[in-house]
Amino acid sequence: MTQLPPPSTKKLGLVIDLDTCVGCHACVVSCKGWNTENYGAPLSDQQAYGANPSGTFLNRVHSYEVQPAQGEAQLIHFPKSCLHCEVAPCVTVCPTGASYKRAEDGIVLVNESDCIGCGLCAWACPYGARELDAEEGVMKKCTLCVDRIYNENLPQEDRQPACVRTCPAGARHFGDLGDAESSVSILVAERGGFDLMPEQGTKPVNKYLPPRPKDEMPEFDVLAPYLEPVASDGKGFVGWLDKALSSLPGGTE
Amino acid sequence: MHPASSVIIFNTFSGLGFGLLFWLGLGAVVPTGMGAFIWFAIAYLLAVGGLIASTFHLGHPERAIKAFSQWKTSWLSREGVCAVFALVVMAIYGAGLVFAGTRLGFIGVIGGLASLGVVFTTAMIYTQMQTVPRWRHWTTPAMYLLLSISGGALLSGQIRTAAVLLILAGVVQIYAWGTGDTRFEAAGTTMGTATGLGHIGKVRAFEPPHTGTNYLMREFIHQVGRKHADQLRIITIGLAFILPVILLLFPFSHIFAILAVLSHIAGVLTLRWLFFAQAEHVVGLYYGKR
Repeated sequence: MTQLPPPSTKKLGLVIDLDTCVGCHACVVSCKGWNTENYGAPLSDQQAYGANPSGTFLNRVHSYEVQPAQGEAQLIHFPKSCLHCEVAPCVTVCPTGASYKRAEDGIVLVNESDCIGCGLCAWACPYGARELDAEEGVMKKCTLCVDRIYNENLPQEDRQPACVRTCPAGARHFGDLGDAESSVSILVAERGGFDLMPEQGTKPVNKYLPPRPKDEMPEFDVLAPYLEPVASDGKGFVGWLDKALSSLPGGTE
Repeated sequence: MHPASSVIIFNTFSGLGFGLLFWLGLGAVVPTGMGAFIWFAIAYLLAVGGLIASTFHLGHPERAIKAFSQWKTSWLSREGVCAVFALVVMAIYGAGLVFAGTRLGFIGVIGGLASLGVVFTTAMIYTQMQTVPRWRHWTTPAMYLLLSISGGALLSGQIRTAAVLLILAGVVQIYAWGTGDTRFEAAGTTMGTATGLGHIGKVRAFEPPHTGTNYLMREFIHQVGRKHADQLRIITIGLAFILPVILLLFPFSHIFAILAVLSHIAGVLTLRWLFFAQAEHVVGLYYGKR
C-alpha cells in the first residue's frame, strides 16, 4: 500500500560527509555495478559509447562552488541518492502501490512488477532520487542495498551499502539514524548534520555533514610537538656531540 | 517540466469530452435517438481518446489495471476510479436517451458531476506537487474545471453560457500566470537549501554529475520553449478565449461554430503546452538550472 507506515523506530540511512568527499565518483560506479546485477531490473545505458550517452544511476555526484561574502570560493563534491524520507511524497502519489516504505526499517523501495512507469513518484521527489529506466520502463531508485545489508551470504564487513563499502575517503557512513546512540547519530550530532530542502517537509533520514573551511590554518597542529628543536641543554653523548660540532668553524649555537 | 505530447493531448481532449458529458448529464442538451448517439459518441471519443493517449507515456501500460488500487492516497488512482465511474454512469444515461428516448435525470446528474470529478482529480495530480511551486495553487484546479465546462458548453452549442465561461476562464488564466511567475521564489527552495550549503555563501553548479543528459534533466528541466512564453500566452488568450467569443457573438452559423471550436482547441493545446513548459521543478536547482 502507498499509505505511509507509522514512523519506525529503526531508520536506516546514510550520513554523507561533504568535508571528506573528494569527488572521485567511486560510489557512483560501485552503486551501478552492484545494482545493475542484483535487486530488480538492470540499470540500462543508452548509447553508452555513442555521441549522446545516457543511463540510469541511483547515485550521482555533483560538484558545487560556494562563494562566501569574503574570502576564497570553496569547491564541494556532493553525492546524492535517495534520502529515504520519513514523509516520502514519492510513496503516496503512486497509483499502483508499487512504491512503498518499509515499516521495519524505513527503506523506500519499488516493487517493479507493480510499477506502470507513470513517473509520478519522480515528479513528487524534490531530490531527483528516482529515475525511470529507459530500457525496462520501470522506476529505479536507491534500495540502500537492501540485498547486501541483511545478506548473510556476505562477510560481515560487506553487509553495508556498496557506496559506503567502496568510498576511499570514508565520506559515507551507514547506520540506524533512529537510534540516538548509534555511531551515525553521534556523528550527525557532533558535526551539525543537516537536511536537504527542509522546507519541503519530507523529513529525510539521510543527513549531510557540512564542509570545514579549507582556506584557514587551524590553531592546533598535531605534528608540532614532534618538530620542536632538540633541547639545548642536552646530556650524555648527544649533548657532547652538539657542543663539539657547534664549536667547530661554521657551527651554529 | 517536459511537455509530453501524450499528456497535453489527454488534458486537452479529455477535458473537453468530460466537459461535454457534464452538460449532457445535467440536461443542458437533451437529444434522443440517433442525435443522442452522435452527441455521446463525440463526448466518449474525446474523453476516452484522451485517456488512451495518456497511457502512451507509461512504461508498462499493460499493468494499468493496478492503478485503480491506491485511491486512498494517490490522485492518479482516484482519477482512474472516477473516470471509470463517470463513463459507466453516463453510458447508462446515454443508453436511456438513445434507445428508450427517456431521460434518467438523476443518473445524468450523478454522471455529469462525476465527469467534473475526473477533471478535478486530474488537476489535483498537478496541484499536489510541492516540487512544482507554479502548480501548487487553487488556480490549477480552477482552470482545469473552467476549461472543461467552458469547452463543453462551446461544444454543446450553449452560446451565452460558453461566452461567459470562456471570458471567465481567460481572466482566471491571466491571474494564474501572473501569480505563478513569482511562486517559485516565494516557495523558498533555492540552490542554498537544496545543497544545504547556502549558509557558507552563494552556491553555483560547478560540474554536473555526468557529461551527458539524464532522465531527470529530460523530464524536469525544460528551458528551450520558455523564451517564447510571452508570445505564446498572447496566442493562447487570443485563440482559446477571445476569438471563440467573437465568433459566438455573430449570428449563429455552423461554420462560425466549428471555427470557434477549432480555435478554442488550438488555444487550449498551447495553454497546456505552456502549463508544462513553464512549470519549474525544484530538482533543476541541483543542476543550476530551472
